[in-house]
Amino acid sequence: MNNLMVLASVNAADAAPSPLSVNWSELLVVAVGFAILMFIVVKFVVPMFEKTFADRTEAIEGGIAKAEKAQAEASAALDEYKQQLVDARTEANRIREEARSEGAQILADLKEKAAAESARITEQAQTAIAAERQAAVVSLRAEVGSLATTLAGRIVGESLDDDARSGRVVDRFLADLEKQSEGAAK
Amino acid sequence: MIALTLPAQDGGSFNPPSVTSHLAPFFTIGGFEFTKQMALVLLSVVIIAWFFVAAARKGQLVPGRLQFVGEMGYGFVRNSVAKDVIGAKDFKKYVPLLFSLFFFILLNNLYGTIPWIQLPSFSHVTGAYFLALLVYVVWIGVGIKVNGLRYFKLAVVPSGVPWYILPLVVPIEIISNFVVRPMTHSLRLFATMLAGHLIVLIAGSGIEFLIAQESWLLKGTSILVLAGATAMYMLEALIMVLQAYVFVLLTAIYIEGAVHADSH
Repeated sequence: MNNLMVLASVNAADAAPSPLSVNWSELLVVAVGFAILMFIVVKFVVPMFEKTFADRTEAIEGGIAKAEKAQAEASAALDEYKQQLVDARTEANRIREEARSEGAQILADLKEKAAAESARITEQAQTAIAAERQAAVVSLRAEVGSLATTLAGRIVGESLDDDARSGRVVDRFLADLEKQSEGAAK
Repeated sequence: MIALTLPAQDGGSFNPPSVTSHLAPFFTIGGFEFTKQMALVLLSVVIIAWFFVAAARKGQLVPGRLQFVGEMGYGFVRNSVAKDVIGAKDFKKYVPLLFSLFFFILLNNLYGTIPWIQLPSFSHVTGAYFLALLVYVVWIGVGIKVNGLRYFKLAVVPSGVPWYILPLVVPIEIISNFVVRPMTHSLRLFATMLAGHLIVLIAGSGIEFLIAQESWLLKGTSILVLAGATAMYMLEALIMVLQAYVFVLLTAIYIEGAVHADSH
């Protein structure tokens, strides 16, 4: 009832302004209040919500992009490894082939060297033999000469100690021998 | 003044609240009367700002409960009103206005459902005038900004109408778009809020009056009034939400019409 009394008394007191008329004090308060609200909404609420929405979209789409990137990277790495494997095999084959040919080369070189060496040794030996033979011939000739001379001297009693003469005799003797041997050979 | 008087047995007569009834102001400074309605308007600003800043501030990718509710409210105005009506290309600029309007009107309407407060702010016409005027200025401004002064021609001369009908159509368009539109926009909100407010108040004071009667029969009828008032109260709650939505939806439609005046 109290409430009603208040209403009634205000009713009576007011000269009943039209309910459609503007109350300027109210206009001021609503305008200021709404302006403050708009300011806060424009300045804080909307940017914060929009940022959250954008972040969320970013997080979802970014996740997908990240996964795709990882996938691409993995397949690239796989390709690379495969390529490396192929390369390594080729390389190994090449090295094996090289080693084989190198070995053959070395073997051939060694053979050649050995042959050369043996040829050298043979030649040396031949030279030495020839030299020794020559020496032997010379010393034989001298020795045989003196022996024959001595023998002949004894036989003929003639001293053939004279060098010139003995030399001649020996030469003649040898020439005879050579003639004989040549004749025998014929 | 509604003259509704019942013969009363205890001498008093039923004197219901009317559209011109107002509570006494809280205080007066000069000619400025600070009323309950003003306090509620300012309180609504504080509540809306506090709630949404608190909800939006964390900005977590996986929202907590408060942030989730805030995002639902914001997302509703942003996507279901602004984006769907204005179109995905142009809507972003108008989200703050639509968002502020919706929650400002919604909360100020819902005051009417809260016991002891029970005063929808827009049952006073001034606030509704102000918001409708603001929207009126905004959509005309948008129309001029997007289309230039040609906008007025686009707005009042519908395309595809034969020239001989134009003299009839153009005045109608001018009146409906530039005169009637802001009026209906504001009065729709104001009238529904005032009507709902009055129904609840009249029912309340009616119950009070009936219970105070000596006759038990009359006391008993208050139950009928209470049942009716409860149903009306539910309906009012629905209308309060609906009117906030309608106001913002119309705002979005007006802005869309201004942005895309070319294609209308």
